[in-house]
Amino acid sequence: MTREDIIKPENLVYKRTPVLTDATMHYCPGCGHGVVHRIIAEVIEEMGIQDNVIGISPVGCSVLAYNYFDVDFVEAAHGRAPACASAIKRLRPETFVFSYQGDGDLASIGCAEVVHACNRGENITMIFINNGIYGMTGGQMAPTTLEGMETVTCPYGRDPKIMGHTMRLTEMLAQLPGTYYVTRQAVYTPAAARKCKKAIRQAFENQKLNKGVSFVEVTSNCNSGWKMTPVQANKWMEENTLKYFPLGDMKVDGKFDPKFIERVGTFDQPNETIFSLRKK
Amino acid sequence: MAFKGALVIDTEKCKGCAVCITGCPQDPKCIGLSKKVNAKGYNYLEMVNEEACIGCASCAVICPDGVIEVYRAKC
Repeated sequence: MTREDIIKPENLVYKRTPVLTDATMHYCPGCGHGVVHRIIAEVIEEMGIQDNVIGISPVGCSVLAYNYFDVDFVEAAHGRAPACASAIKRLRPETFVFSYQGDGDLASIGCAEVVHACNRGENITMIFINNGIYGMTGGQMAPTTLEGMETVTCPYGRDPKIMGHTMRLTEMLAQLPGTYYVTRQAVYTPAAARKCKKAIRQAFENQKLNKGVSFVEVTSNCNSGWKMTPVQANKWMEENTLKYFPLGDMKVDGKFDPKFIERVGTFDQPNETIFSLRKK
Repeated sequence: MAFKGALVIDTEKCKGCAVCITGCPQDPKCIGLSKKVNAKGYNYLEMVNEEACIGCASCAVICPDGVIEVYRAKC
């Protein structure tokens, strides 16, 4: 069977979705943002809601997200995407509204907005990309930076005694009564990306139920900020980040996952530094 | 039943991150980076082992830039 025999329209298995524009993304090679953009666009295409969805882009690497999605988009002030999304959803309850934020935007500057939006139980979908660093501004320490991890502003590694502990924001939000679906996913392997797509699909479907916030954290890499190749960064993420931020559902249909309750029970123990300095 | 796959790669959009190569389940891998570069200077992706491809689309689902189109036929 030759290549020409296989490449026929009826044999098509996978194709770039038309919900993404033809623009080349400005993200660094291997960045998780590109995968998550594609997954969101595929979910929008599968649900057939392209004319009825409004996205909110943040400040950070994904500030130009509106160039890549062929849907309506609003660019919010730094960290204010959940507030903006709340307003849009209240004024236009029939639309699907999603906010897309990184960890510098959501966990640091927009911490108040996201906590209160989740506490009010706004009927929106939030996508949170956690790569443990401020990527766009050159790799500064974020609240989600791991202990011992080197960044531009903590060149000797994050010391929790001076710089505070690594923030598990998604675990915090899961405990608010306004959240309906809270999960943590990743996109570093094909299996994880497929699972992530299911979770994002679920998060969009939940908007039809009008039950509260659907929150999807995607643990991602930042190979430029971590000073690694994309493949190394994915491997490092699997070995280190996923130990502190384990993947899985925390809250499904408004009820806690039993494994999550077990894990929260261990949070009062002294936070030992499990991460040695990355490199000398 | 066996499947055979083929990829169509948008070489100008490819950034050569090689994440897709780690996603390929075949051994040896069906895909690899070319020695040639595209207009942006990246070593783009190409098929190095066309016979082994089964069209599983694992490379396409983790491609950050969506440059891979996958076709699969029964044989």
